[in-house]
Amino acid sequence: MQALTLSGASDATATAPPKIASAHPVYDEKILKFFTIAALFWGIAGFLVGLVIALQMAFPDLNFAPYLTFGRLRPLHTSAVIFAFGGNVLFATSYHVVQRTCRARLFNDGLSWFTFWGYQAFILMAGLGYVFGVTQGKEYAEPEWYADLWLTVVWVGYLINFLGTLWKRKEPHIYVANWFYLAFIVTVALLHVVNNLTLPFQLGSVHSYSVWAGVQSALIQWWYGHNAVGFFLTAGFLGIMYYYVPKQANRPVYSYRLSIIHFWALIFIYIWAGPHHLLYTSLPDWAQTLGMTFSIILWMPSWGGMINGMMTLSGAWHKLRDDPVLQFMIIALSFYGMSTFEGPLMSIKTVNSLSHYTDWTIGHVHAGALGWVAFISFGAIYYLVPHLWKKAGMYSNKLISVHLWVATVGIVIYISSMWVAGIMQGLMWRAYNEMGFLTYSFVETVQAMHPYYIIRAVGGGLFLVGALIMVVNVWKTIAQPDAVTTGAALPEHA
Amino acid sequence: MLEKHAKLERNSMWLLIFTVIAVSIGGIIEIVPLFRMQTTIEPVKGVRPYTPLELMGQEIYIREGCNTCHSQQIRPLRDEQQRYGHYSLAAESMYDHPFLWGSKRTGPDLARVGGKYSDDWHVAHLKNPRAVVPESIMPSYAFLADKPYGDWRINKRLKALKTLGVPYTKEMIAEAAIDYEAQANPTADASGLLERYGDKVAVRDFDGNPNEITEMDALIAYLQKLGTDVDFTTYDPDYAIKKAPKTAPGHMEKAK
Repeated sequence: MQALTLSGASDATATAPPKIASAHPVYDEKILKFFTIAALFWGIAGFLVGLVIALQMAFPDLNFAPYLTFGRLRPLHTSAVIFAFGGNVLFATSYHVVQRTCRARLFNDGLSWFTFWGYQAFILMAGLGYVFGVTQGKEYAEPEWYADLWLTVVWVGYLINFLGTLWKRKEPHIYVANWFYLAFIVTVALLHVVNNLTLPFQLGSVHSYSVWAGVQSALIQWWYGHNAVGFFLTAGFLGIMYYYVPKQANRPVYSYRLSIIHFWALIFIYIWAGPHHLLYTSLPDWAQTLGMTFSIILWMPSWGGMINGMMTLSGAWHKLRDDPVLQFMIIALSFYGMSTFEGPLMSIKTVNSLSHYTDWTIGHVHAGALGWVAFISFGAIYYLVPHLWKKAGMYSNKLISVHLWVATVGIVIYISSMWVAGIMQGLMWRAYNEMGFLTYSFVETVQAMHPYYIIRAVGGGLFLVGALIMVVNVWKTIAQPDAVTTGAALPEHA
Repeated sequence: MLEKHAKLERNSMWLLIFTVIAVSIGGIIEIVPLFRMQTTIEPVKGVRPYTPLELMGQEIYIREGCNTCHSQQIRPLRDEQQRYGHYSLAAESMYDHPFLWGSKRTGPDLARVGGKYSDDWHVAHLKNPRAVVPESIMPSYAFLADKPYGDWRINKRLKALKTLGVPYTKEMIAEAAIDYEAQANPTADASGLLERYGDKVAVRDFDGNPNEITEMDALIAYLQKLGTDVDFTTYDPDYAIKKAPKTAPGHMEKAK
């Protein structure tokens, strides 16, 4: 049990700040500040591009060829939110958690800064490429070979830095959050390298041809793509949950056993689920069925994680009433539970025959991405900012609440409009009239989407407004006078 | 169990190794057989590699992210076959590096768009989609018609693809630049191109501008080729099953 409780012993700084230097190694917190600010910056950029492409779908005149068309901006949006925003959050939190739970400074300062600047350089390389039409054309793996190679180098640095910190640890046990971070780092490396094996047709050309073709290319891509969700957007962010939810609630993780089962079941089963992106395609049936089966099984470990996170509040539910940061985390877990139920549902072949190729998929993705990934990130950022900048707390709890509700309303508008749009479009595509002819031409189904695309843009706009409120709040917090230098006791959660 | 697991919790390298094993199993079981089983890609008559011009068209298709809104994969569902044509066969995308099946149909599927519309329609539609389909939400790609499309080291591209298994012949690689010109230039001699890639290759001035080869030429040449390789009047979906030896159930011979 010891390993699971984030006991005061490993974080004695809260009660005895003056002894930090002698009792503990000096943690590297400057790097965490950089990653946190980078996450905020890329988050706003990514949400903004998302809003732009949402509006382009409602009002096509907003496409400005050649650089700013939907086709080029869509990967800019997905990469910015997943890899730039999500990635920087993962760097910030994993570097924070691994130091705290190991009671050790990051393995190597040079490596830490290399991963920071190297990762930002990767983001710029990839993003500029899309606008200029440099892309592999594979979802979430659009960057071309040179950016991929660079990311591989940065990622190996990340792995060494993380593992090295584990080696330096002064705690006998490796805390559960670190298992998830480690699985995320190493699996993403594996997926990235295999999926991105390409052959540049000549030296000095930005363009390359994927080693994989056709069916094999499709399965490898979705093995990658689904596990970008499974390991980048799930395992990594579960690492966040396993540290920040107990810290914010000041309670140990609900169940040690459940976290062991949850961890191994999740990472083992997730890998199989890729083929559910390819149901009814030219992929052999056996692979489709296998993918569907494991996707349904995946429901269980996913909910295991959700339960472990939520039940951590056992005996502390009253804190949920007036702590908006905890509210962010619990709403995140609720969306996690909802979208990990919806995912298996959509993996069932008969459901998928309706949902695939429609906006239902987009709604599902955003339930997970906005509801789970972004909300747990916001929770962690609100925890981290006062902690890192040594403030008594965030500038305004009220603004956190406003952010929470504006963003939640935004998500609900977003996903419900996409449910309606997606299911409607799926039904229109397959509708027959009494004469046995298809009822609708394709373009009639496009036309029917128009109001929902506008509603979706409103939802996305609210989400962006919420994030801007957070930026203001963070800005004001950092501008506050220091809490520590005044000698005042740190707040409970510091 | 808890005691045994405690060992993993105390040793980062064992934790790492067990994690790698756990995440490798599923991928290996699903992916590796696809490279070994002859049944993954059923051999189909008529499927050919892209001509140099079509290949460059595909590159524009990828560059502009057409696949973010258009799928190229028709599922064996009644309405889809009625709307788009015969369901997609694995062999039809076997020379796509990478695959372009897509995941979203903001616009219609394009797996069999080849030959469905005239070149003129495509030019008008790409220049201003709403001039042809008023309800369309597609961006305008008028700039493609203004961009001449010249020396793209096309032979090196074919060579790279040959390395990856696309059956381009030595001749195809050597003559790539000539074939590229010949397909979009009605005054050039296209006999070599047709000899190398087959009579079904469309040879004409795709963009209606005979003075130069533009990106519009290449993209339309690519679109007009999509889904036209296989002759479905003679295609037999049970071919591979019939050819399989009865003595070895479950193991299919390479049906050639």
